[in-house]
Amino acid sequence: MKIFVCVKQVPAVEKIKIDPKTNCLIRKGIPSMINPMDKNAIELAVQLKETHNAETIGLTMGPPQAEEVLRQALAMGIDEAYLLTDSKFAGADTLATSYTLSLAIKKILKQKKVEEDYLIICGNQAIDGETGQTGPELAEELGIPQITYVENFQLQGKKAIIERSFISEEVVVIETKLPLLLSVVRDLNDPKYPTMAGIVNAYHKEITHWNATDLSADKKKIGLPGSRIIVWNLFSPERKGELTLLEGTPEKISKELCDYLQKDKVL
Amino acid sequence: MDFQLSDMHKMVRRTTREFAEEYIAPVAAESDQKSRLDPEVMEEMKRMKFFGASIPQEYGGAGLDTLGFVIATEEIGRIDASWSITFAVPASVCSYPIYLFGTEEQKRKFLPALSSGEKLGAFVLTEANAGSDAQSVQLSATKDGDEYILNGSKIFATNGGIAKTLLAVTTTGTVGRRKELTMFIVDTDTPGYSVGVREKKLGVRASNTSELVFQDVRVPEENILGKRGDGFKLTLAILDYGRILMAAQIVGLGQACLEKSVKYANERVQFGRPIGSFQGIQYKIADMATEIEASRLLTYKAAHLCDIGQDYGLIGSMAKLYASEATMRAAHQAVQIHGAYGLTKSYDVERYFRDAKMAEIYEGTSEIQRMVIGSSMLRKYQ
Ligand SMILES: Cc1cc2nc3c(=O)[nH]c(=O)nc-3n(C[C@H](O)[C@H](O)[C@H](O)COP(=O)(O)OP(=O)(O)OC[C@H]3O[C@@H](n4cnc5c(N)ncnc54)[C@H](O)[C@@H]3O)c2cc1C
Repeated sequence: MKIFVCVKQVPAVEKIKIDPKTNCLIRKGIPSMINPMDKNAIELAVQLKETHNAETIGLTMGPPQAEEVLRQALAMGIDEAYLLTDSKFAGADTLATSYTLSLAIKKILKQKKVEEDYLIICGNQAIDGETGQTGPELAEELGIPQITYVENFQLQGKKAIIERSFISEEVVVIETKLPLLLSVVRDLNDPKYPTMAGIVNAYHKEITHWNATDLSADKKKIGLPGSRIIVWNLFSPERKGELTLLEGTPEKISKELCDYLQKDKVL
Repeated sequence: MDFQLSDMHKMVRRTTREFAEEYIAPVAAESDQKSRLDPEVMEEMKRMKFFGASIPQEYGGAGLDTLGFVIATEEIGRIDASWSITFAVPASVCSYPIYLFGTEEQKRKFLPALSSGEKLGAFVLTEANAGSDAQSVQLSATKDGDEYILNGSKIFATNGGIAKTLLAVTTTGTVGRRKELTMFIVDTDTPGYSVGVREKKLGVRASNTSELVFQDVRVPEENILGKRGDGFKLTLAILDYGRILMAAQIVGLGQACLEKSVKYANERVQFGRPIGSFQGIQYKIADMATEIEASRLLTYKAAHLCDIGQDYGLIGSMAKLYASEATMRAAHQAVQIHGAYGLTKSYDVERYFRDAKMAEIYEGTSEIQRMVIGSSMLRKYQ
């Protein structure tokens, strides 16, 4: 079995800065890190590698310095890593990103002569964009099933058993089979720190770099031209007023919320 | 000359820092008060291969270079000196010497368990009558067939009470007027071996420092490290390497003093403004920052010289001496900046102040470092 893990480099700051001219995040001079949920994805892949004798493959699309998150993935135990990097990929929205990732995955599957026996794991969403779209769109590009908000994952032979909960307290249990794309949330597991040996090994491995030509990418489907989202404005919202956190079951919270809204004459 | 750390070294630092802040920081004060090593921290330190930091992977270690080992040690030391000594001592002066001087069989036999932390190591030199004067060791090893019988005792052994593998300096007789010293790898499961009193200390209280007793402990001849009579020479070489890691621990502790001082100086308001705005406090912080940075540079230089296969003994000695005294001064001023609060258990600097004192004594006192450096200078420029 092959397990792909898609990871993303995100800015390691609490308050992001935006370039007023381009409406893009300013990444220069800002420390970056691996997207937190991607660590859960890596952890799951590494656990499955041990229990199912799988080969694990890390992928990211990003500028050359995004290599650092692949090193982290390798340090945590991922076997090999691919960096999809090209100035033509710049400005990609989730659609262009998932297209690019899908080309790389198809190419690797072909190289490794794998048809069905594979799993793709993504973090549910990245803390910069918070869209949660890249995983699902990648599954669509590849034409494989997807399950989002994964909290628990078990693989028994070819059978995959997944628990997810979304908004409601209820946990949904799904049974399916490979190939499959999961996007996972933090509750899934506790990612372990890389070992010192893992870090040493991560820097002894080669990371494969692929550009648009290597992927025979359709120019109209990558980067800015391939993007359907045009950013008009991007800003950090000011925190105003008082914050009250409601806790309890969804039923209790919604009732309390209605009370508040009625008191404030919104309803 | 390049003062940039490699990406690998940066990851070692980041990972160790995050780990130490998450696992060690919350329990450090309690561990100090209860003189106990937190078992959860121990498990995680073992899993992360800290105990085999600079041992090659073929012997179960992490395969870090000395600079990587130094950075990891510094980051653990920044959070808790007890933990930095608990892992860096066995990794630098027990397992690493076995790697450097051991036979292939000894390496295969002892290094995997030492590297994984399954067996903790200790280096035992100090005795009641042999402190700075290593040559005066009295733990005797008498040959009997293809075994040696060990009798005597050791004191102040770091990890003594919990170690499973010792590197013990013994005397195997005299050559001319000098004592002949021989180093043995001793398995603490051997009959006749026992742990004596555990010291109650001022600082590094969570670290286990114990007396060890040997009564007719039979050790096979194949457990001699190097050759019979090599003990003194090996001791000096082992302490040379250990000092780099000792210096790294102390740099971490000094850094902690600096950071806590800055934080407090920014928070504490007197005369209507943060005390950090007073020149008198800023000068203290400036001195701390400068001296800690100088200590770090000496330490990294020693590690770098070691990594490129050059002589590092002298620079390592300077690093250990300078870092110890700089950190003692930093701890002193850190408490001063905290005022009365600095004397209480509510603030970490109280613990740092006690821990810092160890640095000037352990693995060669400051006086001994000055002797080493001084005599080396006199030879060099005569
Ligand atoms: C926390 C801790 C952990 C330790 N762990 C270990 C361990 O794991 N293994 C181990 O073997 N030992 C260990 N030690 C012992 C340590 O290495 C010794 O304490 C140290 O070498 C000094 O020896 P001493 O305490 O007997 O002091 P002494 O040698 O008796 O020295 C007393 C004083 O006299 C000074 N002095 C001695 N000789 C001279 C001289 N010629 N000129 C000028 N001044 C001199 C010293 O600098 C010191 O100030 C540990 C000690 C501590 C505090």
